[in-house]
Amino acid sequence: MQLFYHIGQYFILLTKVFSKPEKGKIYYKQTLKEIISLGINSIGIVIIISAFTGAVITLQTAYNTENPFYPRYLIGLMARDTIILEFSSTMVGLILAGKIGSSIASEIGTMRITEQIEALEIMGVNSASYLILPKIIASVLFNPLLTMISIAVGVFGGWIAGTATGVVSSEDYIYGIQFAFTPFYVTYALIKTVFFAFIITSVSSYYGYFVKGGALEVGRSSTKAVVYSCILILLFDVILTQLILS
Amino acid sequence: MIKVSHIWKSFNNQTVLKDISIEFDQGMINLIIGQSGSGKTVLLKSIVGLLDIDKGEIKFEDIVYNKLNFKKKKEIRKKIGMLFQGSALFDSSTVEENVIYPLDMFTNMSFEEKRERANFCLKRVNVLNANHHYPSEISGGMQKRVAIARAIVLNPKYLFCDEPDSGLDPITTLRIDNLIKEITEEFNTITIVNTHDMNSVMEFGEKIIFIHDGQKWWEGTKEEILHTDNEKLNDFVFANHMAKRMKQMKRT
Repeated sequence: MQLFYHIGQYFILLTKVFSKPEKGKIYYKQTLKEIISLGINSIGIVIIISAFTGAVITLQTAYNTENPFYPRYLIGLMARDTIILEFSSTMVGLILAGKIGSSIASEIGTMRITEQIEALEIMGVNSASYLILPKIIASVLFNPLLTMISIAVGVFGGWIAGTATGVVSSEDYIYGIQFAFTPFYVTYALIKTVFFAFIITSVSSYYGYFVKGGALEVGRSSTKAVVYSCILILLFDVILTQLILS
Repeated sequence: MIKVSHIWKSFNNQTVLKDISIEFDQGMINLIIGQSGSGKTVLLKSIVGLLDIDKGEIKFEDIVYNKLNFKKKKEIRKKIGMLFQGSALFDSSTVEENVIYPLDMFTNMSFEEKRERANFCLKRVNVLNANHHYPSEISGGMQKRVAIARAIVLNPKYLFCDEPDSGLDPITTLRIDNLIKEITEEFNTITIVNTHDMNSVMEFGEKIIFIHDGQKWWEGTKEEILHTDNEKLNDFVFANHMAKRMKQMKRT
């Protein structure tokens, strides 16, 4: 029963979030702030994780395909497809669920327990829309860019690791990442990213918005926000993959 | 005038407000007093519409406020200024931005006009040279004054204060109380203050409502409170031995 209660409350919150904004100009400014806070401030971690994971994918592929029957350019091809199809959309989504999901839930949760949300309501401001809508728009717009950065850095990280360790030559790797390239895979990754961005921001905002109690509950709501965002990302990963690639 | 008629409010089968009816007058401070947990804050939040009541009626002038939808409630809420127990200033905004915020949302003033209005209100509450500080960088008393400045920036018709003196020293308490009194007279607002600070009660208790166990137990003025025989009220007002002895001495 609790599950249905939360699902119902989540959709009621979304109807409040997507109601007409009070003042477009203020929402525009807030969205720009959120792009910096949720998007630009996440570029660093995305680059670091993508570079190292790209390197590891390349090395693992190389060591698992040490067979004279396999062409060496296969390493580049497999690294590219793994990064595009799963890592840069889903794994980066999960990482961002941890980083920005907990930040959103704790920010909104703290505003709730310190009566800042009530102060907004008293002024006649639709607090749900004012606080959550700019975050959703910012993430949905900016996360695809993070995915593109992740793909580029991941593939580059693979090239560095592969050539530096000598498991693959630069020519083979570059040939591999160009071989049988399907541009639609990038579209697929971006579609997934948009869905995941929506899940992360809306679910985390939901847990922050309805927090009751004190600092302990804010911490708990942040944890729940991350856990449920991750579960939903994995669930929608399966659903979207079946829908888009089948 | 704000009129509350027979309101009831409960949470999870626990009734917090029981059949409360009060009329709040204009141009004076209406004090709601009572022990912690008596239902004062729930009453205040019910009146402003932050909590939905189970039964009864809340009228702002001739409008039944609790029956309005969100859009219509918004029109009245623009006339409400509220001071929260913990100030409720926006952490990520500076003092000046906090005060400008309602102007940003509900007026079409230019940036200079908004700044001028915000500075006027900050000056009115004696907050000087703190415009670019964040709430965490100023004292509790100053935060309360900034919150008052934010509450009055749109010239409210109704001013609600939830325990404005909590966590403040006696001198700062007196300053905040005087400020609320001055603003009430200056703006001719209907001011409703929740408090359990007896100094505030004795200082400006023009109309006092005593809430006990979710019910209105007593109503009167600061003069009447000294002579009442209401046992529960006496237990609350004259809680310590010294106050009790003084009351007995006054009687004898």
